[in-house]
Amino acid sequence: MGMINSNPKANVLMLKKLFIFTLIMFAFGYALVPFYEKFCEVTGINNLLNPDVLSKDNWVDEERWLAVEFDANARGLPWSFKSLQTNARIHPGEPITVMYEITNNSDREIAGQAIPSYSPRYLEKHLKKLECFCFTKQVLKPKETRQMPVQFVIDPSLPVEINTVTISYTFFELPEGVNVIKK
Amino acid sequence: MAAVHGDAHGHEHDDHHPSGIMRWITTTNHKDIGTMYLWFSFAMFLVGGTLAMGIRAELFQPGIQILEPELFNQFTTLHGLIMVFGAIMPAFVGFANWQVPLMIGAPDMAFARMNNWSFWLLPVAATLLVSSFFVPGGAAAGGWTFYPPLSTQGGLGVDLMIFSVHILGASSIMGSINIITTILNMRAPGMTLMKMPMFVWTWLITAYLLVLVMPVLAGVVTMLLTDRHFGTSFFNAAGGGDPVMFQHIFWFFGHPEVYIMILPSFGIVSEVIPTFSRKPLFGYSSMVYATASIAILSCVVWAHHMFTAGMPTVGQLFFMYATMLIAVPTGVKVFNWTATMWRGSMSFETPMLFAIGFIFLFVIGGFSGVICAIVPIDIQVQDTYYVIAHFHYVLVSGSLFALFAGAYYWIPKWTGRMYNETLGKWHFWLSMFFFNLTFFVQHFLGLAGMPRRIPDYNLQFADFNMISSIGAFGFGLTQLLFLYIMISCIRSGEKAPQMPWDGATTLEWTHLPTPAPYHSFEKPPIVK
Ligand code: HEM
Ligand SMILES: [Cu+2]
Repeated sequence: MGMINSNPKANVLMLKKLFIFTLIMFAFGYALVPFYEKFCEVTGINNLLNPDVLSKDNWVDEERWLAVEFDANARGLPWSFKSLQTNARIHPGEPITVMYEITNNSDREIAGQAIPSYSPRYLEKHLKKLECFCFTKQVLKPKETRQMPVQFVIDPSLPVEINTVTISYTFFELPEGVNVIKK
Repeated sequence: MAAVHGDAHGHEHDDHHPSGIMRWITTTNHKDIGTMYLWFSFAMFLVGGTLAMGIRAELFQPGIQILEPELFNQFTTLHGLIMVFGAIMPAFVGFANWQVPLMIGAPDMAFARMNNWSFWLLPVAATLLVSSFFVPGGAAAGGWTFYPPLSTQGGLGVDLMIFSVHILGASSIMGSINIITTILNMRAPGMTLMKMPMFVWTWLITAYLLVLVMPVLAGVVTMLLTDRHFGTSFFNAAGGGDPVMFQHIFWFFGHPEVYIMILPSFGIVSEVIPTFSRKPLFGYSSMVYATASIAILSCVVWAHHMFTAGMPTVGQLFFMYATMLIAVPTGVKVFNWTATMWRGSMSFETPMLFAIGFIFLFVIGGFSGVICAIVPIDIQVQDTYYVIAHFHYVLVSGSLFALFAGAYYWIPKWTGRMYNETLGKWHFWLSMFFFNLTFFVQHFLGLAGMPRRIPDYNLQFADFNMISSIGAFGFGLTQLLFLYIMISCIRSGEKAPQMPWDGATTLEWTHLPTPAPYHSFEKPPIVK
């Protein structure tokens, strides 16, 4: 009589295989992290840290005015952060440079990273950032103050019904041990 | 032959010695462990249900009456976590423990000792989770999906939740390894894969899904933990990480997870419907293939939970169409169940009522799922009560109703006693009525824009919320009736006949006495 339900050896072998498979899947979860990073880099999704280049056929839409508001926040670190100019009126396609100022109010050296956020959210697609302090971390000595520029162009492809946009930056402290921001 | 007996007796001997509480702590018997899983999950169901009553009490009227917003958020978070990981999943594992060996003619689970461990991890995890209400800062409050940054910022409660998820994950993985090995290696002679009862098939596929995605969940909560305490920045934007990546990894687990909670209920319904239609299951092999395709597809649709998180249009289109594709094999199943009933000599005992209720309401949940999958509509309804309605139709009237169907169907086999049929029918009709009262109106609330996970709401939503809360209280009370029916069945139910359901054809009914003896199939049956 064929007794298939009686082989402890086969069971243990199966257990081992499934256990190894479990470990592989655990590692796979971690492997998703570099995978997504690479994926976003290759496809150009989520490009926060690299400057854009202005295309040759960039043009200025002189007919149209856009109000741009600048917002600056420091979250959880003893810095003052403001933009030296709270708003601007520009034509789509016209490059503009805005200055920001950060001050470290504490007695220790602190590294911070600015993270941008836009309103409307899809502004990101039409915003070409040529230069930004947010491309790298900023390290401030105790009581140090620094002025930094952002240079950008808003592409005339921005939908016509939009006439006010907001560009906001928030500085976060770089956690200890994180020295280089990943690209 | 000798080998079988030697092996089987190996773990029986210690079953006989301890008595009282030690019997339960040390048991390696699949029936004991199945029973413990079922009671545990029912207890968790009551805890999660109590939290739900709290949520619905707060939402009974606009304004804040009972739960401060912080506590409200803890209630919704733990309600979700407890129902998913504490109630529904362990309940299905309980059914697998009882039924898989009985239905394939095996003497026990493959790894009886590990089976005991996987159960006893659960109360530990549940204690951690529930006790987190009482630590400073309270329980986790960022939703059962624990997205960062809320979950990287929360207090000790979040750490307890993370440990608890680790332990629950370990338990599920051990359980699945056991189930897979039992099904693949321990079937009775003649029980080929394509002769296995549907319940066993659905569990085999579910167990594979579990070993595929539970480790990924364990990984993602570990990343949260190291982000919180050890300076990594997986999900911390300031440190170069990405909070949206959490969502991608979480839902890589999360969507298969929803099928982990529904496939075994497909299995139960596929046993109940043929029995009470007195006809074999229509389209058995297409059922097997449909289950497998659902499982495979479920791994490539995760980002439908993230349509509003920012995604290129091609991505949205891919995930939209892939999601809709799942409706095809699901439709095959619904067709087959209906075709099984077609011209059957049907009778409507409680298990059958719950199974038919399942089909009706699960289809509604499936349709609202397809509607959610349509990107422009989802952008409107995501994070509203519409999504709440959708997944309660698939989880409560889906998974839970199937669990009820299975409990009524197999309780005579487990205990040798019959439940009270009249009360069972009351349980069904009251559940049916109150369930729809609670959740149907939530579709309207969601379409009108009422957000989920918020303790207060605009006056325009007041009437539907009051209706929904009344339904919820009714549904909650009705489940105490289920508890009463089960306890009185076990204690003093009428003696069950050998074959309470004349249409049943699976091994546990045809080859074993009622109630099933403590040790069954020590000598495997021959399946023709
Ligand atoms: C035809 C089948 C199904 C389709 C097309 C479908 C589709 C969807 C979609 C698109 C969402 C995301 C909605 C949003 O967040 O805006 C969703 C959410 C959800 N679905 Fe389904 N679904 C289906 C079946 C199921 C099943 C069988 C279950 C569980 C048994 C389930 C449980 C859930 C849960 C729990 C959520 C909400 C998760 C959360 O955000 O907390 N779904 N479903
Ligand atoms: Cu999903």
